[in-house]
Amino acid sequence: MKFSITVFPGSNCDHDCEYVLREVMGQPVEMIWHKDTDLKKPDCVLIPGGFSYGDYLRTGAIARFSPVMKSVADFAAKGGLVIGVCNGFQILCEAGLLPGALLRNKGLKFICQNVYVRVEQTDTPFTNACRPGQVLKIPIAHGEGNYFIDADGLKKLKDNRQIVARYCDEKGGLTADSNPNGSLDSIAGICNEKRNVFGMMPHPDRSGETILGSQDGKFIWKSILNSLAVKA
Amino acid sequence: MNWHVSVYVTLKPSVMDPQGATVQRALNQMGYKGVSGVRMGKFTELEFEGGLPEAEVRRQADEICDKLLANPNIESYRFTVEKK
Repeated sequence: MKFSITVFPGSNCDHDCEYVLREVMGQPVEMIWHKDTDLKKPDCVLIPGGFSYGDYLRTGAIARFSPVMKSVADFAAKGGLVIGVCNGFQILCEAGLLPGALLRNKGLKFICQNVYVRVEQTDTPFTNACRPGQVLKIPIAHGEGNYFIDADGLKKLKDNRQIVARYCDEKGGLTADSNPNGSLDSIAGICNEKRNVFGMMPHPDRSGETILGSQDGKFIWKSILNSLAVKA
Repeated sequence: MNWHVSVYVTLKPSVMDPQGATVQRALNQMGYKGVSGVRMGKFTELEFEGGLPEAEVRRQADEICDKLLANPNIESYRFTVEKK
């Protein structure tokens, strides 16, 4: 299964993503510079974390106008799988491929730590290897991860079961303390209505091996491989 | 005719502004007890050259705000246009 990873000026998790997919999951990977429009026929597009365009204006706001994003939007419109992690999630929201926006963290600080997220939906190509309600330990590293959407938008997310992952405590409980950045409804990851585009703030690319403190991120990658295997 | 456009982008009232809340707390602690609200925003200046008519400058400024300078999910914007 081929993954294409987009690379913007300021992306800094592109090699983490390449490493986990190539070395840990054993999959072929193409790196796509943001000025290219040829995605090299991927099975899944991955928009990595980092600080595209220095986070100028708003996180992801300028990257969404890079030439590669038109190709990503076309790929997604045809049902292709697209996952955005951290800055990738922010870019997908700015591009309108996912609803809502990521605001400054409630405490204003950049947070870099392991968190727990509860898998709310398992009938997505990104979480099908998880049990419903499974708790994953995955690190976050962001200053703008505070998910926001208006009341109508939130209702739509709930009605269509698009809230895929929520911040929780070790046992899966939702408390104010377990929500690190003030995200509305403790939202850590959402998918689009068609369920083929997914964004999450936590980093499955930084949690693929025990030596990194957790290998729970592999559940995300395994899920993608599962769903692609079914499609093939 | 050259034009100078001043753009103000602010968070919508329904959107939490932790930065503004922090500045407000600081002001209250500094003794400015009367400050009951602070909202942070962004200010951008655009220069237009090449003799565009004002209506066209306004149309373009509006489009620029909508497409790039503001995120309509969370922000609203307004701008003023002046002759230079």
